[in-house]
Amino acid sequence: MTAAPLPYRVVGNRAESTDTRTLELEPAGEALTGFRPGRFAMLYAFGVGEIPVSVAGLRHGVLSHTVRGVGAVSRALCAMRPGAQVGVRGPFGTEWDLASADGDLLVVAGGIGLAPLRPLVRAALSEPEAHGRLNVLIGARTPQDLLYRRELAAWGRPYCGVTVDRPAPGWEGEVGVVTALLDRASFTPQDTTAFLCGPEVMIRATARELRHRGIPPERIRISLERNMHCATGHCGHCQLGPLLLCRDGPVVGYDRAEPLLAVREL
Amino acid sequence: MAAATAPPDTEESRCVLDREGIDALVRELRADGHTVVGPTVRDSAVVLDELAGAEELPWGWGVELEAGHYRIVRRTDGAGFAHSAGPQSWKNFLHPERVRQWTADRAPDGTMTVRKEPPSPVSFAFLGVRPCDLSAVRIQDRVMTGGRHRDDAYRERRTGAFLIVVECTEPGATCFCVSMDTGPAAHPGYDLALTEVVDEAGHRFLARAGTPEGAELLRRLPHRPADEATSGAARRSVEDAAGRMGRTMPPASLRELMAGSLDAARWDDVAARCLTCGNCTMACPTCFCTTTEDVTDLTGDHAERWRRWESCYDLDFSHLPGGSVRASPRSRYRQWLTHKLGTWWDQFGSSGCVGCGRCIVWCPVGIDITEEAHALHQEGLRRQDGREDGAR
Ligand SMILES: Cc1cc2nc3c(=O)[nH]c(=O)nc-3n(C[C@H](O)[C@H](O)[C@H](O)COP(=O)(O)OP(=O)(O)OC[C@H]3O[C@@H](n4cnc5c(N)ncnc54)[C@H](O)[C@@H]3O)c2cc1C
Ligand code: SF4
Ligand code: SF4
Repeated sequence: MTAAPLPYRVVGNRAESTDTRTLELEPAGEALTGFRPGRFAMLYAFGVGEIPVSVAGLRHGVLSHTVRGVGAVSRALCAMRPGAQVGVRGPFGTEWDLASADGDLLVVAGGIGLAPLRPLVRAALSEPEAHGRLNVLIGARTPQDLLYRRELAAWGRPYCGVTVDRPAPGWEGEVGVVTALLDRASFTPQDTTAFLCGPEVMIRATARELRHRGIPPERIRISLERNMHCATGHCGHCQLGPLLLCRDGPVVGYDRAEPLLAVREL
Repeated sequence: MAAATAPPDTEESRCVLDREGIDALVRELRADGHTVVGPTVRDSAVVLDELAGAEELPWGWGVELEAGHYRIVRRTDGAGFAHSAGPQSWKNFLHPERVRQWTADRAPDGTMTVRKEPPSPVSFAFLGVRPCDLSAVRIQDRVMTGGRHRDDAYRERRTGAFLIVVECTEPGATCFCVSMDTGPAAHPGYDLALTEVVDEAGHRFLARAGTPEGAELLRRLPHRPADEATSGAARRSVEDAAGRMGRTMPPASLRELMAGSLDAARWDDVAARCLTCGNCTMACPTCFCTTTEDVTDLTGDHAERWRRWESCYDLDFSHLPGGSVRASPRSRYRQWLTHKLGTWWDQFGSSGCVGCGRCIVWCPVGIDITEEAHALHQEGLRRQDGREDGAR
């Protein structure tokens, strides 16, 4: 069925950084089901347009989405006040599949890429006995761009590290690429599942480094971004070679993605 | 009505229709409430349009096709289906260029109400579907309705559509259905199949039903049992057509050829000629890509979602906030060709090309999909030779 969007009410809109906000949505009527960490929704800003946005939180029937305002639709969504309504379609795409990761967990995020990883981290924290050690490595442009600041303290089981591209006065943390944090993390590579999301260059560099350190490619899961209009496999925009990323992604095993990402402009 | 259980195709289930039979066919379909669409001559082309009667078919017209060239020509035999693919295809009707998907209204308190577009009331009958185009319809069936999410607009139009194939007896110079295994004989999926025969014994059609609905319709038309002369002539002219294909594909697995050609030098060669105009994608009967348009009226409180065809040749097609993924024309031609012949298999379980030749004819600079495939094949062989020489 070609679903039309269902109206959801904005019940919260919190600033995460200068250009990024987290919206909390509640169904205005009928509710969508089946959202899981890694999957995404199509969010419609009335009259402006519709864009893919990952699930950034799932609690008590409230759907959270963290949106970075980069263009017409994302800015319109960021500007939604509580009480306003947005259209939601979904859920779409593949999930992180935390359940299949029984060893150590390595979560690596760059920028807005932390948004789809947040519900994964929260799920892992809620069932510590089901997994090994949880490591969260976060890269941000500047300290001001760091998302979910108040939550991070609770995420290191044992390690949660942050690095920035450009420090600001008062920043005492790490500066540089996120892979530099890997030496601080504790994991047994052969027994680790990695979850990566961020700019494609960061994903590629990190995945290469993780392979180098001995994590098997099929245990490196990456979430990829492409243009998407329908999210139902009919518009053709999200192709990456043989993959339709709205259907076969956004979460893809690096064993499948590596040869595709190696081809320029695929 | 796709092939339910096809009645047995025996000599008894075949019959012969004369021109009056075709007249009656259009009349009966219209009486049944179908919008009959078929080929007709307009603006110096054989186009697909609604037919009020069989007299509007392109009797006595043929086409002359070449890369970047299309011309209709008079025929002396009066045949109505001796033309191959024109500028449109059945996707213009099943997957129209522009459809409204839903409308939304916003109340003063911010409440949003969304209304899905009501089902399309038309029930099409397509007369004169070429076997390659029947395969194209089946390919779009899989794309639009074969996955987890079915497209309602397509399904509604398709479910009610009655398909009458006319087998190919006059392939064009740009045709290569034999290479793609889609023609010139009809594969299953039709309600009714016709083969046009024009010889000393007259102008007539060998007819056979593919569905119970087709058989039922055939019974209502003035017909006579199939005679050996007509059956034989029909068979021979289709077999003969198979030997007269204007184009061929290289003798290789096109899927593997595409997967192994992503860094070929040939892409630079074709990119130097391609205008990235997207004509090939608009004319292609299987190309399905679309974009969305969200519009509002002057009040700003009534919004509509439209979907319209879009081409992978558009720079914006792969737009991301950081810039387009496929910025170079090289990568966009490569995307089109490798999708058609290669990755379509991975995505939808078949080739995305049926060998109709439209992309060749309607390319303003005459880029030929078969020539490009041959060139990639040759380049692959040369590379292989080079490797073997190097290994020696
Ligand atoms: C699976 C997936 C999950 C995502 N999750 C998030 C998230 O959690 N938070 C977040 O901030 N961003 C996310 N994005 C990126 C977000 O969708 C884009 O930033 C957004 O589409 C930009 O649209 P715009 O109109 O604001 O900007 P513009 O760059 O002006 O976009 C112009 C138009 O392009 C079209 N478009 C469609 N898909 C995309 C796309 N993927 N990228 C860019 N343009 C697109 C839209 O119609 C859009 O209106 C995700 C993308 C994907 C594919
Ligand atoms: S790619 Fe060209 S020959 Fe193949 S189906 Fe499309 S238009 Fe016809
Ligand atoms: S191949 Fe021809 S028709 Fe297709 S985009 Fe290029 S110039 Fe246009």
